[in-house]
Amino acid sequence: MKPENLLFASSHEWVALSEENGQKVATVGISAFAVEALTDLVFIELPQVGRQVEAGQSFCEVESVKAVSDIYAPVTGEVVAVNTELPDHLEILSSDAYGKGWIAKIKVTDDSSLAKLLDYSAYKKQCEDEA
Amino acid sequence: MATRLDLSKRTLHRMTATCTLARTPLYDWHVAHGGRMVDFAGWSMPVQYGSIVEEHQATRRAVGMFDVSHMGRLEFFGPDAMAFLDQVVTRRVTDMQPGQVRYGLVCNEQGGILDDVLVYRLSSDSTQTDWPSFMMVVNASNREKIVQWLDKQQSGYAVDFKDVTTSTAMIAVQGPKAIELVKPLLDFDITAMRYYRCAFGSLGDEPGWISRTGYTGEDGIEWIGGADAAERVWSKVMSRAKACGGSAAGLGARDTLRLEAAMPLYGHELNEEITPIEAGLDFAVSLKDRDFIGRGALLAAKGNTKQPVRVGLQLEGRRVAREHSRILQGDDDVGYVTSGTFSPTFERPIAMAYVRPSVAAIGTRLAADIRGTAAAATVVPLPFYDRGKTT
Repeated sequence: MKPENLLFASSHEWVALSEENGQKVATVGISAFAVEALTDLVFIELPQVGRQVEAGQSFCEVESVKAVSDIYAPVTGEVVAVNTELPDHLEILSSDAYGKGWIAKIKVTDDSSLAKLLDYSAYKKQCEDEA
Repeated sequence: MATRLDLSKRTLHRMTATCTLARTPLYDWHVAHGGRMVDFAGWSMPVQYGSIVEEHQATRRAVGMFDVSHMGRLEFFGPDAMAFLDQVVTRRVTDMQPGQVRYGLVCNEQGGILDDVLVYRLSSDSTQTDWPSFMMVVNASNREKIVQWLDKQQSGYAVDFKDVTTSTAMIAVQGPKAIELVKPLLDFDITAMRYYRCAFGSLGDEPGWISRTGYTGEDGIEWIGGADAAERVWSKVMSRAKACGGSAAGLGARDTLRLEAAMPLYGHELNEEITPIEAGLDFAVSLKDRDFIGRGALLAAKGNTKQPVRVGLQLEGRRVAREHSRILQGDDDVGYVTSGTFSPTFERPIAMAYVRPSVAAIGTRLAADIRGTAAAATVVPLPFYDRGKTT
């Protein structure tokens, strides 16, 4: 997946929107910028399938040698799938953050939660400002 | 992700770096080589250049180079320098020979640790005003406190000390290849120097104190010399280090390395509420036939079998029990973690903790509370990593 086709939360999660059975589903991961900034990842805790999450709420965590970081739900909805390959293959996050490195799929239950997401150029600008 | 906060904090650090944070003479090199600069005890220091794990492994397998110029360096002059240091350091100083380095603690009257330090005996002549007879290397975070403490204890002693931290630099070269690597750059035979010895010499033609010391669990040296020479020394050693798989290493790797080697870090394993006895540093306390500040309290602590004990823990799974995590035995809170990380050498989480003596035996099964989830933990011998045993 090209980052140009994704939406981003300012807290460094990416979102790919699709339609499944007339429902908006958000595939969610963390940006290549975040993976690069974290470095030395050792652990990821996936969210529970079926869990209701709210945009901006911590719904799982990723740990590096240096520190543990929360991952925030970028949209409001229900977790309908998680990437069970990921915990044993964290290197995927570095090699394919926007594809095989997806973390969870969230069925969007509140469209207004999408409004705050940034497009790639706005997100890139934010990262440049932070770096 | 909370990274957003971390990253903005880093931006903030960079901004403050330009106005308030102290810089070592190698600051420009770090920035030019991708060092992620953070505030460490008021100094702008590289936490890592790339991967902490890679910098750690380079040090364990070849050589790591560390800028440790932020450490405080104090020089001592005057006829009472030895007697004075013997009074403020928990370990005997009076039998140190020129060229010897000794690890010790500076304690308050209650036996609480003010700092852990290295004392260098530089010369047998304490009457020179331009050449110190002793040097003390203190933690960056405690430098001001120790200077004030020494000032306070100084009366009655014919001693003078000078804080030379900012006019000097300190570089550590650590790892199994460190000695062969620096050997041709030194003007004396380093292989004849034993561990915890020092000599005045030159490294890459730059004069300074060279000691066989370090904070990584590896063999190696530390060079202390003029601030203006630091970048030349660094570059000369670095070009040789790179040729043999070595790397610059930041504070992140320094922390994982010292933790595997079970070396205590002030502010974590050590503080003013903890005595050297609790910390398991009995070897650095000489109680016999001498007096020093804190001796009475440490004598009493020595007989106390109820005080917490510093232990090593190995955890199941991959989550790290970090500082302040509680240690549990069943429902009982039996202690707390002082430092924890994911060990790059063993590829599993390790931690140091203070626990009740009743659960401190090797093999005791405990649990660490990691943000509400219990992770199984076993008491294991310290150090986790011992180069004599592992290699």
